[in-house]
Amino acid sequence: MFAFLVKRVIQAIIVMLVISVIAFSIQDNLGDPLRELVGQSVSEAERQKLRDKLGLNDPFLVQYWRFLKKALHGDLGTSYFFKRPAAEVILDKLPATLELVFGATIIIVVFSVPTGVFTAIYPMHWLSRFAMGVSIVGISIPVFLTAIMLIYVFAVQLGWLPSFGRGDTVLVYGWSTGFLTKDGLVHLILPCIALSSIILPLFIRLIRAEMLEVLESEYVKFAWAKGLSRRRIWFLHALKNTLLPVITVGGVQIGTLIAYTILTETVFQWPGMGFLFLEAVNRVDTPLIIAYLIVVGLIFVITNTVVDLIYGLVNPTVKLARPHGGGE
Amino acid sequence: MPLLEVKNLEVKFAMRRGDLTALRDVSFSIDKGERLGIVGESGAGKSVTAYSILNLISKPGYISGGQILFQGKDLSKLSPEEMRAIRGDGISMIFQDPMMTLNPVLTIGTQMVEVLHAHREMSDQQARAIAIEKLVQVHIPSAATRFEQYPHELSGGMRQRIVIATALLTDPLLIIADEPTTALDVTIQAEIIELLLELCESSDVGLILITHDLGVVSQVTQRVLVMYAGRIVEEGLTHGIIRNPRHPYTQGLIGALPQQTVPGGRLNQIRGVMPSLANTPSGCAFHPRCPHVTDICESVVPEYSIFDRSRVACHWVKDQLGDVSEQKINETPAP
Amino acid sequence: MTTTTWERFKDSSFYWSFRRDKVAVASLAVLCVFVAASLLAPLIAPYNPYDPTQIDLMDSEMPPVWIAEGDGRFLLGTDGQGRDLLSTILYGTRISLTIGICAVILQAILGVSIGLVAGYRGGRLDNFLMRVADIQLSFSTLMVAIIVLAVFQGLFGTELYERLAILMLILVIGIAEWPQYARTVRASVLAEKKKEYVDAVRVIGLGPMRIMFRHILPNTLSPLLVISTLQIANAIVTEAALSFLGLGMPVTKPSLGSLINSGFEFILSGVWWITIIPGVVLIILVLVMNLLGDFMRDVLNPKLYKE
Repeated sequence: MFAFLVKRVIQAIIVMLVISVIAFSIQDNLGDPLRELVGQSVSEAERQKLRDKLGLNDPFLVQYWRFLKKALHGDLGTSYFFKRPAAEVILDKLPATLELVFGATIIIVVFSVPTGVFTAIYPMHWLSRFAMGVSIVGISIPVFLTAIMLIYVFAVQLGWLPSFGRGDTVLVYGWSTGFLTKDGLVHLILPCIALSSIILPLFIRLIRAEMLEVLESEYVKFAWAKGLSRRRIWFLHALKNTLLPVITVGGVQIGTLIAYTILTETVFQWPGMGFLFLEAVNRVDTPLIIAYLIVVGLIFVITNTVVDLIYGLVNPTVKLARPHGGGE
Repeated sequence: MPLLEVKNLEVKFAMRRGDLTALRDVSFSIDKGERLGIVGESGAGKSVTAYSILNLISKPGYISGGQILFQGKDLSKLSPEEMRAIRGDGISMIFQDPMMTLNPVLTIGTQMVEVLHAHREMSDQQARAIAIEKLVQVHIPSAATRFEQYPHELSGGMRQRIVIATALLTDPLLIIADEPTTALDVTIQAEIIELLLELCESSDVGLILITHDLGVVSQVTQRVLVMYAGRIVEEGLTHGIIRNPRHPYTQGLIGALPQQTVPGGRLNQIRGVMPSLANTPSGCAFHPRCPHVTDICESVVPEYSIFDRSRVACHWVKDQLGDVSEQKINETPAP
Repeated sequence: MTTTTWERFKDSSFYWSFRRDKVAVASLAVLCVFVAASLLAPLIAPYNPYDPTQIDLMDSEMPPVWIAEGDGRFLLGTDGQGRDLLSTILYGTRISLTIGICAVILQAILGVSIGLVAGYRGGRLDNFLMRVADIQLSFSTLMVAIIVLAVFQGLFGTELYERLAILMLILVIGIAEWPQYARTVRASVLAEKKKEYVDAVRVIGLGPMRIMFRHILPNTLSPLLVISTLQIANAIVTEAALSFLGLGMPVTKPSLGSLINSGFEFILSGVWWITIIPGVVLIILVLVMNLLGDFMRDVLNPKLYKE
C-alpha cells in the first residue's frame, strides 16, 4: 500500500510539473508584461534595459525555475484587471464552483445508483425501459442547452426559480456558502441539475451495464446456488463488484464536471472560477488564466490520486499497482 | 423413496425465432448416499440437467415439462422462497471453475458464514467454528488464516477445496458437482477427485457428478447416465457400461479413450460433431454419426430397451434384442 | 464484386437485427436527412446567411411563421441580425457535421496508430503511452480544448482566430480524444496477439507493419465502428459547447453552438426560437447518432475498452 501511495504521489507531481511548464510557456508567449508595466510610450533602449532588469532575457530554464519557485510560494502573478494577486482572485471564487460541483455530485450519486441497479435487475420492467430511454436523451442534450431550457421553463415561463447568481451566502470559516440560506439553496437548484444532466445518465448506463455483467458472473450464480437471499446477492455480491469500476470512472468524470462548470456558470452567471476564467480569456488577463490552469490542474490531480487510493483500498485484488485495462 | 427423482424433464430455451428444446424426456433417480455420473460431450445437456434441478437455468431457458421430486416434493412447483431454502441446504452445488466461483471482493470467511446464516439460526462465532471445521475437513492447512483471506490470494486447487467446503457447510443430502476438475491441473484434479470420493464415503451424501471424463466417472460413481443432444441414451452401472457399452455412442466414447488403443496407434474417434440445439437431427439424434444407422433411425425416436439394471435408447440394440425375444416367442409351442 | 458484398451484407445477422429495430432504422433515416441537408445546404437554403446583401437588420427577431407575427418569407423566423433562421441552421449543421467528422478522422488516425504500436510493441513504450492516455483522459477534453483555444485566441487576436476557427476546432478536438481509440485498439491487439494466426503469420516472416495493418486491424473494425459513431456525436457536442462559450465558430459563420449562443441573450425577453430551434436540431442530430451507436454496440457486441 505504501509503495502504491508513493508511486501515485510521484506521478501526481510529474503531472503538475508538466502543467507548470505549459502554464509558464503560456505566460511567456501570451501578452507582454512590459506593456502592462510601462505602456507603449517607452523607447526601445529603455525597454531592453527593463527586460534585462526583470530577467526577461534570461534563458528559458532560468526563467522557468524562477516561475516555479514563486508558484510554490503561492505567487502566480498579479491580475491585470483586478490588480490583485491572481491566486487570491481565483481562490475567492473557488467555494462557488466547488459548491456547484458538490450539489451536482449529490444528485448524481443519489439517483444513479438506485436507477442503475433497478434497470439491471429488472431490465424488462417498463420503468427500466423508460429510464433507459430518458437517459439516452439526457446524454444527447448538451449541458448548456439543458441549462438554457431550465432557465426558460422554470425562470422565464413559470417564474418559480431564480435564473442567475448565487443569492444570499454566509461566511463559514472564510468559506462563503449558499447551502445554509434558503435563498442560496434556491439558487443552487437549477445550476446543479444542469451540471449533473449529462453525467447522471452516463452513470446510470454505466452502473446498469456493469451490474448486468456481474449478474451473469459465475460467482453470482454460485451465490444463488448457496441459497442466499435476493437482497444479499444484489446489494452485496453484485453491487460491490459493480461499484469498483464505477469508482475509477467517477474519478475521471470529476474532471469533466469541472469543465462543465464553465458552461453552467456562464449560462447562470454563477460567480465561480469558470465564469471568471472566461472573463479573463476575453480580457487576455494572462496571470489569471495561468492561475486558473494551475488551480484546476491541482483539483484534477488531487481528485484522481484520491480516487486511485480509494480504489486500491476498496478492491482487495489491487494492492500495489493499478492494472492497465484491456487484454489482461 | 429415492432421494431425488427426475421424471420426463423437458427444458426449452425461448429464442426470438422460436423455442429450442435443450432437454427432452430426461428421467432418472438417485438414492441416498449414491454416486451418479452424467457424461457426454459439451452441449449434450449435462449442465442444463444439473441447473434445472435447482431451478437455476439462466434466462432464456425454462422448464417446460416434467417433475423434479426431491424427498417427494416437486422442486419445479416451489415458490422462490421455498426453492431458496433448498438451495445450499438440502442440495449444494460445486461449480466448474474455482477461479470464477468465489466472489473476488469478499473474504473466504464471509462467503462461507453467509450460507449458514441463510439457512440456520446461529451466532457469528458458531458459524465461524463450523466453517473452519469444514475447511479442515477438506484438508486446507492453517484454516483460520485462510478464513480471513481473499480468493485471489489462493491457488486454483485451494479455491476448489474451499468451494467444496462451502457446499458441505449445511451437511446437504445431495451435492451436484458440475465438471469440478475440468479447469484444474491434472495433478490437482486427482487430489480433488480423491477428496470428493473420501467425503462421500465418510458421510451419507448423494453425489451427481457431471463430467466428460469417463476416467473420473469410473473412479467415483456407481451408476452413470450417458447423454447426447439433450436426451439420455444409455443408463447403467458404471463398471457395466465401461466394460460393456451397448449404445453406439457410448461405444464410441469408450473407444476414444487412450487406454483403448494400441500404443503408438491412432486414437479412435467418433466421426462428425455434436449437433447444435437449433438443428437437432430427426429420429435418433445420433444417427448421422452412427456406424449402425438404418432407415428407421432417421425418422423414429428410439424407445428405451430395458435390461436388468440398465436401459438403452437405440434401434440397433433393440433389433438385436428383438431377435432374441422373437426367437423366445417362437420357441414357445404353438397352440 | 459489389453485388456479392451487398448480398452477403443483406444475409448477415447485423442487417437482420437492423431491420427489426425500428428505432435504429428511424435514426439512420433521420441521420441521412441531416447529412443530405447539410451537403445540399447551398442549393436548398432559401437565403445565403454568409451574404451580407441578403440580410436586413429590419427583419431581425422575427418569430416562426406559425406564430401570429411571423413573416411568410422566413419559415423558422430570423435571428438577432435578421438572417433567415432556416438557412442559418442548414449552413450551421453543415459546419457542425464537418467539424465532427474531420475531428473524429483525426482522432482515429492518431489513436489507431498509437494503439497499434503500444499493443504490438508492449513493454515500456506501451506502459508509457497508456499512462499518458490515462492522464490525458483524466483531464476532460472540453477543459483541454477550452484552455488551448483560449490561449490561441489570445495569441492570434480575435480576427485571425475567427478565420482559423474551423481548423483549430478540428485540431483540438481531434488531438484531445485519441486515447479512446488507442485504448480500444490496444486491447484488441493484445487479444488478437494471443491468437494463433498472428504467430502463424509472423512465422511466415511478414513485417510488423504488414501484420498490424493487414491482419490485426481488420479484426478490430467493429469496435472502431461503434466508437466512431459515438465519438462524432461527442465531437459535435464539444464543438457546440466551445462555440457557445465564444471560443469556436464566430457569429458571422455560425455552427449550431454559436447560433444558440447568439440567441441566448434574447431568451430572457421571450424570443426563444433563435436558441431553441437550433438547440432542438442539435439534440436530434446527437441523439440519432447515440441511438445508432448504442444499437451497433448491442448487436456487434465488441469488446470495448472499459475502465
